[in-house]
Amino acid sequence: MIYDLAVPSQLLAALLPDLTLMGGAILLLLAAAWRPESDAHQRLIGRGAMGLVVLTMGSVIATALRGATVTDGPIAMDGFRWTMDLVILLGALGTIAISTEQHVRDGIKHPESHVLVLFAASGMMILAAARDLMVIFLGIEIMSVAVYVLAGLNRRSSRAAEGALKYFLLGAFATGFLLYGMALIYGATGETRLQEIAAALIRHSLALDPMFLVGMGLLLIGLAFKVAAVPFHMWAPDVYDGAPAPIAGFMAASVKAAAFATFLRIWYETFYSVYGLWANTVAWVAILTMVVGNVVALSQTNIKRMLAYSSIVHSGYLLVAVTAGTAVASGAVTFYLLAYTLATLGAFAVVGALQPVGETDAPIASYEGLWTVRPWLAVGMAIYLLAFLGFPVFGGMGFFAKWYLLSAAIASPGRLVLLSVIVVLTSVISAGYYLSIIRAMFMKPRAADAPEIPAAGPLTRTVLVVAAVLIVALGILPGQITPLTARSGFAPHPVDPALLSIPAQP
Amino acid sequence: MLAESLLLSAVLFTIGVVGVLTRRNAIILFMCVELMLNAVNLSFVALSKLYGATGQVFVIMVMTVAAAEAAVGLAIIISIFRHRQTVHLDDINLLKG
Repeated sequence: MIYDLAVPSQLLAALLPDLTLMGGAILLLLAAAWRPESDAHQRLIGRGAMGLVVLTMGSVIATALRGATVTDGPIAMDGFRWTMDLVILLGALGTIAISTEQHVRDGIKHPESHVLVLFAASGMMILAAARDLMVIFLGIEIMSVAVYVLAGLNRRSSRAAEGALKYFLLGAFATGFLLYGMALIYGATGETRLQEIAAALIRHSLALDPMFLVGMGLLLIGLAFKVAAVPFHMWAPDVYDGAPAPIAGFMAASVKAAAFATFLRIWYETFYSVYGLWANTVAWVAILTMVVGNVVALSQTNIKRMLAYSSIVHSGYLLVAVTAGTAVASGAVTFYLLAYTLATLGAFAVVGALQPVGETDAPIASYEGLWTVRPWLAVGMAIYLLAFLGFPVFGGMGFFAKWYLLSAAIASPGRLVLLSVIVVLTSVISAGYYLSIIRAMFMKPRAADAPEIPAAGPLTRTVLVVAAVLIVALGILPGQITPLTARSGFAPHPVDPALLSIPAQP
Repeated sequence: MLAESLLLSAVLFTIGVVGVLTRRNAIILFMCVELMLNAVNLSFVALSKLYGATGQVFVIMVMTVAAAEAAVGLAIIISIFRHRQTVHLDDINLLKG
């Protein structure tokens, strides 16, 4: 059936998952403030937050199974929204599970940290649904403001405060660009709804209107900041370095997934008719991101900074799929984001488990000989890194993620052969830093003075095992999940071939 | 009036961007970001004369969000001041690489 969002009951039904999460998060915030800070209270609120995320997942699935759609209005109800919701909530669930235990080790007793993760996740869910520039702006800000606070969660750490400051200043700066882009697009078209903007673009053939062009460019800059694409990536390594490991994982996985969800929706639902105008630019940003990210990652000695550059590189790969501009490509993006979320959660859980308490950083040298002391952590980390690399069989889903991405890029009308070649070549470069960690873990002896690694708690272990098993299992049987991600792909509307005359190949 | 308002908005936005890129004090940087947001607000209000109330609604949203952002941002600046006794970005340089 088709919902009419002007009817309050149908609007409520369309927003049920988002309202469940937000309402529950507000109640949990009250509960968090109810008692003084302590480890036990922090764990209790963490349990409650995990329960709420599972409940929200249930309501996402229930709403999705009802099969309702909307034709217009400020929010969408389609497979893309539901799949992205599940990917985002999976990231939030894993983050909360790891951080309830990691916080005890780091001496963080704030129960509200889990509520902030929930608020950020609700902003992300709004982003996955938003079809109106105003709603997109609110979603980005609900997400970002919560994540600024999370970045500086460890108040005793000077590094965390520094990371939070950099994130906040650059994030607010990027918001300015994003907003000015929205204002100029509103000025050029007189609309804020994505479909209305798309219609106005074709109706008034605004493709070469300077106000619209500058607006689209500024919007691209703002979103490139949020997904940490080169040259707007400088904040990512510093922020991930300063933040507690589980939160860094949340920023790398879910924030990126949500930013790509809205990126894809704006570009596919609104700017499809001017494909020729943006395809080149996005392709160049993708190339820069892949090359610079990979080359700089090679020289990192701190594992959190290395993973930050690796997350920048993955933004580059995903931008290749955005450039492809087809329904297959958007399905490939959701599959990629699912694989990437699982691997990121696992990798940052290992980083957290191995990070010594206090202000010290996480040098790659401390991973030497991990196999001899904590073999299962080493095996898990190897699977996550191979998934990042896209290694066949052992990398599981990571291999198919790259496979679908490359086949979508080559099968697209633009035939992005050059971009695909760069994806493959830069993946080879990335083997340099992923495999060197694996070599350090398995082939180097443990230093005699290496600190002892405390056993990971039961929740962290569960996340590690579930992430590794899902990556490998869905890598062997990707057919179990591809129907879902393929259905979630939304097609850009048919384009007048005359508008495609500007070549899409850089 | 519309053209003049949009021009003024563009000038204010540019001043904000240049300020963020050249100044090194966190508070001044933050003020420049606020200048950027308010320049955008001016654009929205000016454009809503042409297109109806949507632009004005957007401005209310932006102001609300800017207030929330200011609360979080100033708290973060205070927390770094407690650690370092400075808000000058050249002195805040633990994270590198």
